[in-house]
Amino acid sequence: MSARRLAKEQPDSFALSAASKKEIGIWIKKYPKGRQASALIPGLWIVQKQAGGWLPAPALEAVAAHLDMPYMRVYEVATFYTMFNLAPVGEHHVQLCGTTPCWLRGAGDLKKVCEKKIGPKGSVSADGKFSWIEVECLGACANAPMIQISNAAGDDYYEDLDVDNFETLLDDLAAGRKVKPGPQNTRHTSEPITGAVTLNTKGFYNKVKQKKLPNSGKAKVGAK
Amino acid sequence: MTDLRKVNIDGAELEVPGDYTLMQACEQAGAEIPRFCYHERLSVAGNCRMCLVEWVGAPKPQASCALQVKDLRPNRDGSPANILTSSETVKKAREGVMEFLLINHPLDCPICDQGGECDLQDQAMGYGRVGSRFDMNKRAVDDKYMGPLVATVMTRCIQCTRCVRFITEVAGVSEIGLASRGEDAEITTYLEKSLTSEMSGNIIDLCPVGALTSKPYAFNARPWELEPTESIDVMDAVGSNIRIDSRGGRVLRIVPVINDDINEEWISDKARFVWDGLGRQRLDRPYVRKDGQLTPASWDEALAVVADKLGGDPESIAAIAGDLACTESMKALNDLMDGLGVKNIDCRQDGAPLGEGPRQEYLMNTTIAGIEQADALLIVGSNVRHEAALVNARIRKTWIHSDLEIGMVGVPYDLTYVYDHLGETADALETLLKSTKGFARKLKSAKNPMILIGQGALTRKDGAQILRLCGKIADKFGMVREGWNGWNVLHTAAARVAGLDMGFVPCKGGRGLAGILAGAKDGSVKTIYNLGADEINEDLFGDAFVIYQGSHGDAGAHRADVILPGCAYTEKDALWVNTEGRVQMGFAAVPPKGDAKTDWKIIRALSELCGRTLPYDDIDALRKKLFTDHPTFSGLNHAPGAEGAADFAPAKLGAAGKPLKAPLKSAIGDFYFTNPVARASQVMAQCSTECAPIMEAAE
Repeated sequence: MSARRLAKEQPDSFALSAASKKEIGIWIKKYPKGRQASALIPGLWIVQKQAGGWLPAPALEAVAAHLDMPYMRVYEVATFYTMFNLAPVGEHHVQLCGTTPCWLRGAGDLKKVCEKKIGPKGSVSADGKFSWIEVECLGACANAPMIQISNAAGDDYYEDLDVDNFETLLDDLAAGRKVKPGPQNTRHTSEPITGAVTLNTKGFYNKVKQKKLPNSGKAKVGAK
Repeated sequence: MTDLRKVNIDGAELEVPGDYTLMQACEQAGAEIPRFCYHERLSVAGNCRMCLVEWVGAPKPQASCALQVKDLRPNRDGSPANILTSSETVKKAREGVMEFLLINHPLDCPICDQGGECDLQDQAMGYGRVGSRFDMNKRAVDDKYMGPLVATVMTRCIQCTRCVRFITEVAGVSEIGLASRGEDAEITTYLEKSLTSEMSGNIIDLCPVGALTSKPYAFNARPWELEPTESIDVMDAVGSNIRIDSRGGRVLRIVPVINDDINEEWISDKARFVWDGLGRQRLDRPYVRKDGQLTPASWDEALAVVADKLGGDPESIAAIAGDLACTESMKALNDLMDGLGVKNIDCRQDGAPLGEGPRQEYLMNTTIAGIEQADALLIVGSNVRHEAALVNARIRKTWIHSDLEIGMVGVPYDLTYVYDHLGETADALETLLKSTKGFARKLKSAKNPMILIGQGALTRKDGAQILRLCGKIADKFGMVREGWNGWNVLHTAAARVAGLDMGFVPCKGGRGLAGILAGAKDGSVKTIYNLGADEINEDLFGDAFVIYQGSHGDAGAHRADVILPGCAYTEKDALWVNTEGRVQMGFAAVPPKGDAKTDWKIIRALSELCGRTLPYDDIDALRKKLFTDHPTFSGLNHAPGAEGAADFAPAKLGAAGKPLKAPLKSAIGDFYFTNPVARASQVMAQCSTECAPIMEAAE
């Protein structure tokens, strides 16, 4: 890792969209008056989405102006958190987990797929569709190896990958086909691949006499 | 009542206020605590970990700068907590911290400007291990551009964040920050833009290592070669205490000296970096104009010409004293003119209508430290930030730490704090007088309200009317009473208050500045003795014979017919009176340049040629006469403050009348070019081209 800097080439200007402003407004309202700067991290995240997955300098300045704070304070936060991308990324930004559990389950092979299909780590593919980086543990070790893909649709996890289904996944994304987040093999969430073996008694919860909790209010206990 | 707590430090029991930090308590007990990030005038960061002490019973050593005494738990038997500052644990902890700090610090002390006055160097000697166990690669950090004043070698940075806190809290511009994190953390300005603070030089002093050093002073000298002289700054009327470091007759740098009543621990960039102007554009020998050309002359020749001219009709002679004239030279000139019977004298080259009333009229009576007691402040026609950077810093400090309400009449400048802008013209003052709402209400309910009047409001044609209006406001809102004087005139010239104190104003029937210049135009004033007044347009002197006495070849010397080379403020022992009326003594750090002479001695020599020999042969005799004639000068380092406030009636100052419609503007245009020394300085010129446009854009 090296010091995080803003990209060399920057757009001339950036304006917050009405949608972004509205969304940031929701966060500002969560804090007392005059503490609007507390909405900085969600604000940057919202603007990163608007700007196509990364934060150009004019976008940082737009957020700073919107939250009435010095540019430097925004810059500090943007350079601190690695999920804020300071250089352009592909339409689908692949964040590949390389931490021990994923690595033991074959993350190394996935990296080779990325290098083959996208290019060297940290680069954007020629068609602008993909970029990839290696990240630390994303907390889905039960479904290792896994990746997170950030794009306009969101930041979904794609789990239980191998060379084949990962390549298919990337091809589908490149072709604009709909893909299913979660395990890419036959597993359902993190159940065993052979299907759930515990807690599968039908009507199990119905039999348990449930206590009313002090904060459950008037809602019916156990009601769906 | 203070909440006193008992604490046992190194075996001795001690009672200290509960809100003391452990570091303060330890220092009171006489223990020395090493530190890098902690600075008593900045917020506590607690990130260098150098100040660790042992709290007996606590599982880990404690950062003493961030732990308050009241947060200490007593021992089980109820006895006060035991703190150890020199135990084996503490020693090991400090060695560990030191080792980590030095892991990524380059061993480039021989080529580092901080060498010899480096906290890291000293503390590594005192508290570090003998050798290094680190045999891997050190990290390297790119140097950052911070403008023409601050040089950076960022690999040396230990991330104490003192500079970040100073720029954010004291200077109030939030331009430096700590970007990235962990091993990659680096101090930088936003996109490496130049700093725009007028106090940025202070981060050089604050930096405990050699990461931020002075660019103009780079590789010039080692601290142990320098000869220090504590003196007074004259770049503004604040009278900041400075130390002039010189070597071989040359001033090599200027740094602040702590004075809590005036500049605390800071000085403005102009005070700090103007020294290169002391070596440029100097007048180092007398000149006499012959056939329209200034030609070098001997002292005897020049003085003879001047004495001849001064022998004329006293009615046709005038004397003007400039912004950097020292008290002694003004006194000597005043006495000489008195002896010659000249009535046309003035020390107000800007034409402010001050000096006719009592002494309180033209002083900053609240005093700079007194601002901290104020709870409402009205600024009239002043860009305090550029006219008196340290007064502004004090206002900002008070604004941060208390509920100080600030109002502003005049062009709105960026003063680093939030104020109610009441209007640009003097109409706003009249409205305020009649109003009972808004800021008038705040002033009315304030316990200690004050008004701060800039020279920009007074040096206009309607200055006397504005003065009267301000006086009425001060009167109406109870700004002046027994024990509190909220009447403040902010001067921009270091010489002004001394001039007014000794009555360097027209004698009865004499001409003031406007009269002198009008006389020069119509030919009734034939000879003008110009003691360093460089801010008067040279065309205004008409056909008069101008004798210029000063240190720099600036506007005044350009128009002169005779030049008598004097001394700059670093070359003479002199008294200076700041805007509070505080008399301070400055000392010569270096000898005069070339054939130049100490200013008062020139006038003394001249008086002999005029046949009006002044009755003093040395500076002590001169000062003795000064103290006898004007006793205010004898109270060294004393600001009168609220003395005599009960008898002071501000509503009677100035003159009645309707002020003009023009907006109230600051008296100074370019912060970096306010006097001949600054105008001769290349560093100031660089600052002016680089920082001033950004400052203006921000305004």
